[in-house]
Amino acid sequence: MLGEGILKGLAATAKNFAGSFVSKERLTTVEYPEQRIPTVEAARVFPFLVYDGDDWQAGLRCVACQICEKECPPKCIFIEKSKDKKPDFTGRPQIYPARFDIDISVCMSCQICVEVCPFDAIRMNTEFELSTDDRFEGLLLHKDQLAHSNEYYREIHSTEAAEVDARRADELAKAEAKAKAAAEAAAAKAAAAAQTTAAPKTDGGAA
Amino acid sequence: MFAKLDQIFILLRDWVVSFLPANWQGIAGVVLSVVAIIAVFPALFAIAVLLERKGLGRMQNRLGPNRVGPFGLLQPVADGIKSLTKEDVVPTNADHVVHFLAPVVLVTVVFMGYAVLPMGRNMTLARMDAGLLFYFAMGASSELTIFMAGWSSRNKYSLLGAMRGVAQMISYEVPLLMSSVAVVMITGSLDLDKIVEAQNQYSWGLPHWYIFTPWGLAGFVMYAIAATAETNRSPFDLPEGESELVAGYFTEYSGFKFAEFFLGEYVGMLSISGLGTTLFLGGWSSPLEVLNWVPSWIWFFGKVMMSICMFIWMRGTLPRIRQDQLMNFAWKFVLPMTLLNLVVAAIWRFMGDGLLRWVVCSAILVLMYAGVGLTGMRRKHFGPRSYRYAE
Amino acid sequence: MSIAFWIIATLTVVAALAAVLLRNLVHCALSLSLTFAGLAVLFLQLDAQFAGFAQILVYVGAVAILVVFAILLTRSSETPKDGGVFSPTWLAGLAVAAAVFATVAGAIVYSVNGLPNAQAVPSVTVLQIGQALMSRYVLPLEIVALLLTAATIGAVIIAMHEKPATKIGGAK
Repeated sequence: MLGEGILKGLAATAKNFAGSFVSKERLTTVEYPEQRIPTVEAARVFPFLVYDGDDWQAGLRCVACQICEKECPPKCIFIEKSKDKKPDFTGRPQIYPARFDIDISVCMSCQICVEVCPFDAIRMNTEFELSTDDRFEGLLLHKDQLAHSNEYYREIHSTEAAEVDARRADELAKAEAKAKAAAEAAAAKAAAAAQTTAAPKTDGGAA
Repeated sequence: MFAKLDQIFILLRDWVVSFLPANWQGIAGVVLSVVAIIAVFPALFAIAVLLERKGLGRMQNRLGPNRVGPFGLLQPVADGIKSLTKEDVVPTNADHVVHFLAPVVLVTVVFMGYAVLPMGRNMTLARMDAGLLFYFAMGASSELTIFMAGWSSRNKYSLLGAMRGVAQMISYEVPLLMSSVAVVMITGSLDLDKIVEAQNQYSWGLPHWYIFTPWGLAGFVMYAIAATAETNRSPFDLPEGESELVAGYFTEYSGFKFAEFFLGEYVGMLSISGLGTTLFLGGWSSPLEVLNWVPSWIWFFGKVMMSICMFIWMRGTLPRIRQDQLMNFAWKFVLPMTLLNLVVAAIWRFMGDGLLRWVVCSAILVLMYAGVGLTGMRRKHFGPRSYRYAE
Repeated sequence: MSIAFWIIATLTVVAALAAVLLRNLVHCALSLSLTFAGLAVLFLQLDAQFAGFAQILVYVGAVAILVVFAILLTRSSETPKDGGVFSPTWLAGLAVAAAVFATVAGAIVYSVNGLPNAQAVPSVTVLQIGQALMSRYVLPLEIVALLLTAATIGAVIIAMHEKPATKIGGAK
């Protein structure tokens, strides 16, 4: 019948109108900034540096190997190595970055720096409300602005963090086992050395 | 008490005017009524704009504006301040006199139409014997202003939009007048007050509104279609096609002149809804006899706002019609149907009261509508389209 | 005659003069529509409501738009010609205009002298106009309708596209 399509269209719009007051699926607006859409776990915006423990300077995982600086396509990471060393989570002394800057006006969120880091030190953050009125200094993030704790990392990417933590725990266990074995071997060697130094007194006539 | 409430504006005006000397009282009364109209209808325009933005938003699964004021109610105020403080850019090559006059004349002519609308019992500003003709005369004058606006901008696209707009308005003016002529024929007068009074009778508690008769329903539908086209409203808003011609004939207008065009369009929409309620929906008469105590102006403005809601509903639903489809529709469908409606109204008038005339008139209209629908839809090929590409 | 009459008459005459003297053709068309509106107001001043509103509806609403469309669709160049209205044969034109004015003025003056003074003009309602049209003047009404139909059909025939003789390529 002529005009039937118009009536069906009017009915659909009326259903939308009435439904927008009662059901959520007919009013999909999320009123930013009072309401937020919950971020997906795999979301990524700009990188951040992970630190273990409470002290961000002592627990910073980054050893300033500069692999991420070399691999970054738009070259937005700027690293300067330190002169002294500090111990890492396995106890070995490592150098640390004296300056670690990321220019987020250049960064294209490709995640290559995350993929190549051998120390799980740099990961992707999900914070996007980084607007500032300072075009240059405000968009150059320094080490202190980039450092976030491992607990924060666990909050934003839980499965990744669980995997990293498991791997690091394994490494720590292996390193500790190796250290214990080394300590035991050293203790055994020391005991053997002590025994050989003590043994010639009693063993001089028999040998 | 309710009778006083019904006449409250008349009593207010008489009271204010009584403070003046006797020779000035007539003129002062008229001036006061004019001031009231000029104050009320732009306020209704603000409400209509707000209603449109929020209503369209809800229909499109989103909220309308809700930041300015509670629930966005002060948004029209923000819009008004914005349009007043924007820079008025006029192209150097534009025809400055005509460019300036176009919105001025549009707003003037559109407000003149309110002089004959009966907004309540005894609340017509100028009770004229040929009131309906005056209204249509003012409506016809507004077409020239659209042409003036488009031509004076010296912009090809504005001119194109203006020509389309004028062609559309002329084509739909004939069905508009024809569907009103049926009402005039039955009432026997061009006076809008008499038309409302003829509809103010009740049988078994239901009113004698013309929309409840077969020819009145058909006439109202065609009047609504023609009114939508006259005010350049979706789905007939090709002249101001926002996606095709930037803003059509008012591309080169900015700041307050643009606001005046906007005002003219919405005030024209309110005006033509007012005429539609007067002709078909009974004007200020109440729908049920038991509700007669509610003041008449509340019924009038309520019906006008209902019509505005219908306009907004149609805008949110229907896609834009192409120019040639629009003209075809006007001349080949709506105009013959209005002529048929005239014949049916005449048949209604000359058969006596009773069930027979209802049956006969409804049968004729339904059969013609179905017939046109069947033949019209058969000629269009609704199968899969085949395309011819350039070799 | 009241002050309102003089104001409206002056406006009408000025608009009519502008319609022939202005350079830009669209400006002329717009002042012509102002002339029509002035005439309509004069009709209204004489209490001829139907004539006044019909004048606006038909002349300003349709004829003015027709004139404007005709100008736009036929003149491709917008630049006005120099020389304007002062053609070489202006003396002959002035003589003809004076003769026409004398005829019309003489007719009005002689007819007014025949009427009794200060006769109360009965107000003519639309109802009376309609009844007159349907009873006394029905023949002119029908003939005018026939004329309009003939004109419309003629316009459609002139403006209709000719069907192409052969169709090249695939059928629809």
